[in-house]
Amino acid sequence: MDRFEYCSFELSPDESPVLKHSNVRLYDGENKSQFQRGELILTSHRLFWQKDITLCLALSYIQNAVEEAKSMFNLTAGRKIILYLSKAVPGKNLGPSATSAYDYVKLSFREGIQNEFLDALKSTVDAKIWTVQNKSAQQTKLREIKTRTGIVGIERNIVEKQKETSSNINNAFKDLNQLMSMAKEMVEISKNISNKIINRQGEITEDDSIEITVYLLVLSIEDPVTRTSCKNEDDYYQALGNELIAALIEPLTSAGGTMLLTDAYCRINRARGLELLSPEDLLNSCLALDKLPDSPIYLKTYSSGVKVLQLKSCEDASFVEKTYEIVSQNVFVTVEQFSRLASVSLVIAKHRLLLAETHGKLCRDQSIEGLRFYENKFLLEEN
Amino acid sequence: MSDVQWPWQYNFPPFFTLQPNEETRKKQLEAWRDLVLEYHKKTKTCIIDIQEADNTALFFNPAISRKLSPEGINAVLEVLYKNGNAEPIDKTKIRWYIYWHTLAEWADIFYQHAQENGLINSVCTLYELVNTPDKEFTGLSEEIVIKILERLQKDEKAELILTEDTSGVKFF
Repeated sequence: MDRFEYCSFELSPDESPVLKHSNVRLYDGENKSQFQRGELILTSHRLFWQKDITLCLALSYIQNAVEEAKSMFNLTAGRKIILYLSKAVPGKNLGPSATSAYDYVKLSFREGIQNEFLDALKSTVDAKIWTVQNKSAQQTKLREIKTRTGIVGIERNIVEKQKETSSNINNAFKDLNQLMSMAKEMVEISKNISNKIINRQGEITEDDSIEITVYLLVLSIEDPVTRTSCKNEDDYYQALGNELIAALIEPLTSAGGTMLLTDAYCRINRARGLELLSPEDLLNSCLALDKLPDSPIYLKTYSSGVKVLQLKSCEDASFVEKTYEIVSQNVFVTVEQFSRLASVSLVIAKHRLLLAETHGKLCRDQSIEGLRFYENKFLLEEN
Repeated sequence: MSDVQWPWQYNFPPFFTLQPNEETRKKQLEAWRDLVLEYHKKTKTCIIDIQEADNTALFFNPAISRKLSPEGINAVLEVLYKNGNAEPIDKTKIRWYIYWHTLAEWADIFYQHAQENGLINSVCTLYELVNTPDKEFTGLSEEIVIKILERLQKDEKAELILTEDTSGVKFF
């Protein structure tokens, strides 16, 4: 009997009634109980007994249900069904008895038993519909706790919020840790790829992805020079200058010997990744390049005020020759075309063309169609 | 017009842009000078009006749609002036005389013509002179002829007789 609970006859949303049977008496084991002539209602989840009060038994308790064999001595007695039950779950709502010596109850049907009742009970128990709803039941329980008021309720709320926050933080940092461990792997992978590419340099095709990776390879500076690692400003700029040379000499060479200071700024900061340089620091370190012995690059200021880094090995004359070569292969070039043909930026392209013009290798055609540069036939035809 | 021998530069677009490079510009203006003189010699015209010049075939090549800018024309005239091949008509410097022979050369040509044709010590009208057939100065504008003869007069090789009706010259 201790598995029964007091309750009101209210079905939960997922619960559905199955069968009713009137005039039923409950037995606690072999003992008659005070609950007689009540109505028995079977639902998908519970078994209700209802008269003045309502009792219910969760179907999850029922392990087996059998019909009691008729006693030879008591033929008048009604037929009975024995329900074998599992142990009472602690924390259930109050019931008619706190303890019971028996692990079974009997349902006594005074007016005889409907044949289908036992079958229906058995199949409902076997269906175990309540297990499906278990989760939502738990959630409603939690919600019930939350709505509790009073100091204990408030404290409980606070504790729960704290728990939630700490678990959130833990989750967040778990991600971060994952990222860190991933980062290590990524570095490994990139190193592997870079080694592979270096080994196979001869075979590199025009494949863009490889090209991009090659660009990426140019980018890493392992131990960037910082202000704090140097004794004074001069040392800092000279150290930066050395770093510039190391990082930029390759892109400078491949770019044809000239790079805009703005491009250099982007490249060096991308290479450093963290510990970014300010434009002033870059400019000062470029100025410090002159003080370095045998610096292969130097800072040059065009007449337009544009500053570029240039390889010392590339003299004006060689630029003029290259420019002339490109122009002579075309009838004429515009600055845009030249920038594409020589793969240099517009500013540098214009400067190269003007340089070749002042060297008398090119002449200009200024019209509504724009500025174009031609071979300088005025001087060339002469000879 | 069709007699004009257009040089290769005439079809070279940069020819119509004043070149910033000094050496290049020198060559360019030399080419322009030669072209301007050749053009005027062939067309027998002696005057450039700057305001209209950029619509003449000389300074505008429709084939490549290039036109010499007014600055360019001024630069060309400046070069011509330095060589005695051009002279502004007045102080506004809008209209210019173009001499495909310098005035000194022209003077020699006229004097030689007078000698060869027995005009020395006799008087002839300018009209006669200019309408002499098959001479380089045939059809030359009267204003220019007067300028040339004034020059001869300075050297005392001729005397201009200018009246309201007629203008004549006497060679010595």
